[in-house]
Amino acid sequence: MINDTYSFTVAIPLIVFFSFLIIGLGFGRLKPMVSGIFGTMALLAVTALSYFTAYRYFFVDGMMNGSFQKFIAYDALWMSFTDSLQVRMGVLLDPISVMMLVVISTVSLMVHIYSLEYMKHEEGFSRYYSFLSLFTFSMMGLVLSSNIFQIYIFWELVGLSSYLLIGHYYERPSAVAASKKAFIVTRFADFGFLIGILMLSGITGTFDFLKITDPGGSALTQGSAVGFMGLSVMTWSLLLVFAGAAGKSAMFPLHIWLPDAMEGPTPVSALIHAATMVVAGVYLVARLFTVYVLAAPDALITIGYIGTFTSLFAAVIACTQFDIKRVLAFSTISQIGLMMGGLGVSGYTGQEGLGYTASMFHLFTHAMFKALLFLCAGAVIHAVHTNEMTGMGGLRKYMPVTNFAFLIGCLAIAGVPPLSGFFSKDEILTAALEKDKLLFAVQYAVAGLTAFYMFRLYYSIFWNSDRQYHSKPHESPFAMLFALIFLSAASIVSGFIPFSRLVTPDLKPFDSHIHWAVAIPAIAIAAAGILIATLMYRKESGLPAKTAAAFGGLYRAAYRKFYIDEIYIFITKNVIFRYISAPLAWFDRNVVDNAMNSIAALTNLTSSRIKGLQSGQLQQYAYVMVTGVIIVVLAALYFMNA
Amino acid sequence: MTLDQFLIMRHELLIIIAAVLIVIVELMNSDEHKERVIPFAVMVFLAVTVAGFLPIDTGILFGGMYRTDEITIMMKNALNIGVFIIFLQSAAWLKKHKGTFRSYGAFYFIMLASLTGMQYLISSGDFLMFFIGTELATIPIAALVAMEKARERSGEAGVKLILSAALSSGITLFGISLLYGSSGSIFFSDIARSFAADDLQILALLFVFAGIAFKISIVPFHLWTADVYEGAPVSVTSYLSVISKGAAVFILVFLLYKVFYTVPGIWMNVLYAVSVLTMTIGNLFAIRQQNLKRFLAFSSIAQAGFVLLGIICGTQLGFASVVYFLLIYVFSQLGAFGVVAAISNASGKENIDDYNGLYRTNPKMSLVMMLSLFSLAGIPPVAGFFAKFFLFIAAAREGYYILLLIAVANVTVSLYYYLLVVKAMFINESDDPIAKIENDFYTKAGLAVCTAGILAIGFFGTLFDYINSISYGVK
Repeated sequence: MINDTYSFTVAIPLIVFFSFLIIGLGFGRLKPMVSGIFGTMALLAVTALSYFTAYRYFFVDGMMNGSFQKFIAYDALWMSFTDSLQVRMGVLLDPISVMMLVVISTVSLMVHIYSLEYMKHEEGFSRYYSFLSLFTFSMMGLVLSSNIFQIYIFWELVGLSSYLLIGHYYERPSAVAASKKAFIVTRFADFGFLIGILMLSGITGTFDFLKITDPGGSALTQGSAVGFMGLSVMTWSLLLVFAGAAGKSAMFPLHIWLPDAMEGPTPVSALIHAATMVVAGVYLVARLFTVYVLAAPDALITIGYIGTFTSLFAAVIACTQFDIKRVLAFSTISQIGLMMGGLGVSGYTGQEGLGYTASMFHLFTHAMFKALLFLCAGAVIHAVHTNEMTGMGGLRKYMPVTNFAFLIGCLAIAGVPPLSGFFSKDEILTAALEKDKLLFAVQYAVAGLTAFYMFRLYYSIFWNSDRQYHSKPHESPFAMLFALIFLSAASIVSGFIPFSRLVTPDLKPFDSHIHWAVAIPAIAIAAAGILIATLMYRKESGLPAKTAAAFGGLYRAAYRKFYIDEIYIFITKNVIFRYISAPLAWFDRNVVDNAMNSIAALTNLTSSRIKGLQSGQLQQYAYVMVTGVIIVVLAALYFMNA
Repeated sequence: MTLDQFLIMRHELLIIIAAVLIVIVELMNSDEHKERVIPFAVMVFLAVTVAGFLPIDTGILFGGMYRTDEITIMMKNALNIGVFIIFLQSAAWLKKHKGTFRSYGAFYFIMLASLTGMQYLISSGDFLMFFIGTELATIPIAALVAMEKARERSGEAGVKLILSAALSSGITLFGISLLYGSSGSIFFSDIARSFAADDLQILALLFVFAGIAFKISIVPFHLWTADVYEGAPVSVTSYLSVISKGAAVFILVFLLYKVFYTVPGIWMNVLYAVSVLTMTIGNLFAIRQQNLKRFLAFSSIAQAGFVLLGIICGTQLGFASVVYFLLIYVFSQLGAFGVVAAISNASGKENIDDYNGLYRTNPKMSLVMMLSLFSLAGIPPVAGFFAKFFLFIAAAREGYYILLLIAVANVTVSLYYYLLVVKAMFINESDDPIAKIENDFYTKAGLAVCTAGILAIGFFGTLFDYINSISYGVK
């Protein structure tokens, strides 16, 4: 329904957009610090607006007759091709978009503040801030999209700004390669997404999310009847949409870009590659959740399996990496896998919708603690000038605040009560247990692995023995610490948000409580993981090397990320380039080009033959003109009388 | 005349007032300070342009000789914007010729006189006004074409224009007299009512058409175009190729849709044939041109062929897409001409080869040129894409698939030669590129207006909806 009283929300993306324009166009002219502070102020305003919107929506007038309403807060016709083909730009407010506003603005604001110090001495400070604004604008536009066309535009804009930010250090070849890889892999996935949404809007006859996801609407029933290769057309389109989501959210086997994306500045990793853009895929599935659950449950459970598998796969790799940002990257992939898993096992009404709620809950808490972990990692890297775990140790003495913040992040992600990760993970596990025992078992194992690799990371950085440092590591300046402390607080308290009363698939709140039958074993396995990590990594010992040797081939395979990158290279270079591209190139050069060249030659020939007409002689011009009139008249009269 | 009647005719009257004011200001300044008239002319005409947008009633004057409606007002405003841009772009050229031009006011006065003719032409309600408008629009322009007296080609172009125009006027006038003879009236509404579609009247229709076709330079009435465009000063060439052509296209649509709407079969077939010829021949000639003014002349002939596509439809959507196309064409063509004029003024170079390596020395102008050419070629997301897109949609709606196929093939050919220029600017290397050019304020402002138009218009979806809502068709 249309609700004009929320029309101020259109200002949320627009303020950031203007901030991008002003910083971007001012580029070399603004002093770096001016752009930084300007961008931060804009974000501060946007954060205030987002919080206000969330407060009003969730606690004042978002709920009517016992369920949350979907509001169209703003709607404008952008391009009108025909009466049925129109592109609109709108703002759609519902529990998930409002929740995402809070996530994006909070994390983005923290990253803006943090970067004021972190990026201070870097080249291209203004450029960095203008792209941060561009990204935040795109992400806000994405979550607020009211129709498929709009979300596709912002989806690509998000990808573009991610590309620009990963390649921030464009003089480093590895950063350039990483940004290209991220762009190409996600673009490849977006191809599926594009076909998927075209099919979906073809089936449903509309671009409008409200109409597509209306559970009682006619859009849902269409397309289910028509089959193609054993599945309904609807299922196919939703699987293709998921392909796009899997690309952005780094699901197996499209996850390969995310670890490389760590080439970007660390605050960017915190914002884009941990908290916001990478969960866009989860958000997309949640946005279309009604369609998935009601019209194509087989597509939904597929998502559940892919997500859960990815989660295990990435967790195993994370245990073997030494670059601390890469550990966090694989951890992110693993946690997003859990969110997808949660969506996959969810039903639609009442308690059955727990998986959906849990997934959104985990998205929220994960954004807070993962951003926190990344920002801590940034502080550490800032202090010791290396990404490698082997070059760190004993930092708790030098960086007490960062140590404490990192510990909170680790406890939260490991699922130790009463920190936020415990509550959201508990709900995901409960939902899985009720639907599919296999998924539950895998996710349970992932919980243990998570605790292990996070504490492996924690001990290696902050405990263990001191290394040879060039200069004595020091605690970070205030702006950075502020962000760390704020996010620590958020990681602690956000678990107490009653999500099942706010975000549910059918928009009607339900009661949920802690499921101790699941929670106690989950706490136990987390404790076990922490304990093992403590034994192995708290003090320097030969234990890690021995364990690695004991796992033998499995360890080596995991260390090499299961050779997925090598498989990609093999397929592209040896199969696609050699057996598909090369013959096509030959065909193109010899057959297509020759045909085209002949046409071009013919055109040129005609052109030179007729140039005599243009002689420069006025009398000839008059002659041609009069002849033309006569021919036209004669032809017209002939055809009229014929 | 009452005030209301003045207001209905405000476009024409304001232009006349502006022209007189410019002459007065020129007379008040001595010869040494004659460049003072430039800012005055620009300011005055900006005011005229803005005033044209005031929402004021439409109506009929002089017993039906003169009429306006919303789409006509829209077109008049588009013409004003175009002339305003030309004023901006001509400043540098006028200053350069300070020694040889006795008077700057003459340039402005003559151009505004011609513009007044255009405005009366598209507002005409009978064939008398139509003919007076046509002549008033054309004759002064011949003087402007020949303005660079020192250059032989300029004079030659002026003579060619006036003689060709005389011939076409003769043909038109013959057609008008036949219409008068057969229907007993020169009012559009009377002729439309009594149009019997016998051989005599068809002959008359085609003669009138030939006269307008000359203005639009539809093949085979186009031969004067290249010589005149090349010989004339760049500002005058842009006036001819944009303003004059736009007004003529508009009045053609109006005549066909409002006067000759009883025989759509006849003119649709004629237009079909000449449209194919115009697109193809325009393109074939454009491919071979080295001189950029000639190049743009032929490419504008091809563009005219595309416009005919919308007219053939005979529908409201067709009319709307024609007007929309013209509006975007104003910005795109003037953007390209603006760059050509600036470079021609500063370096005297007008050939495509001279533009090699332009991007290195003049990146901003190269970008404007690129955007304008992209817009002319119809590459998304610049405005020109939407212009062609709507034309093609309108034609597809009416089922002209073969014509569309030919049009698309022609778009491809045109892409080739537009990109040749882009390639010269951005890719080709040159040992002796055009040196860095410092443009004056007027040139920069003119190019900025064009660039803004090219980039922004396509994204204002409501504009097309508005044009569509005030258009009409024959069906």
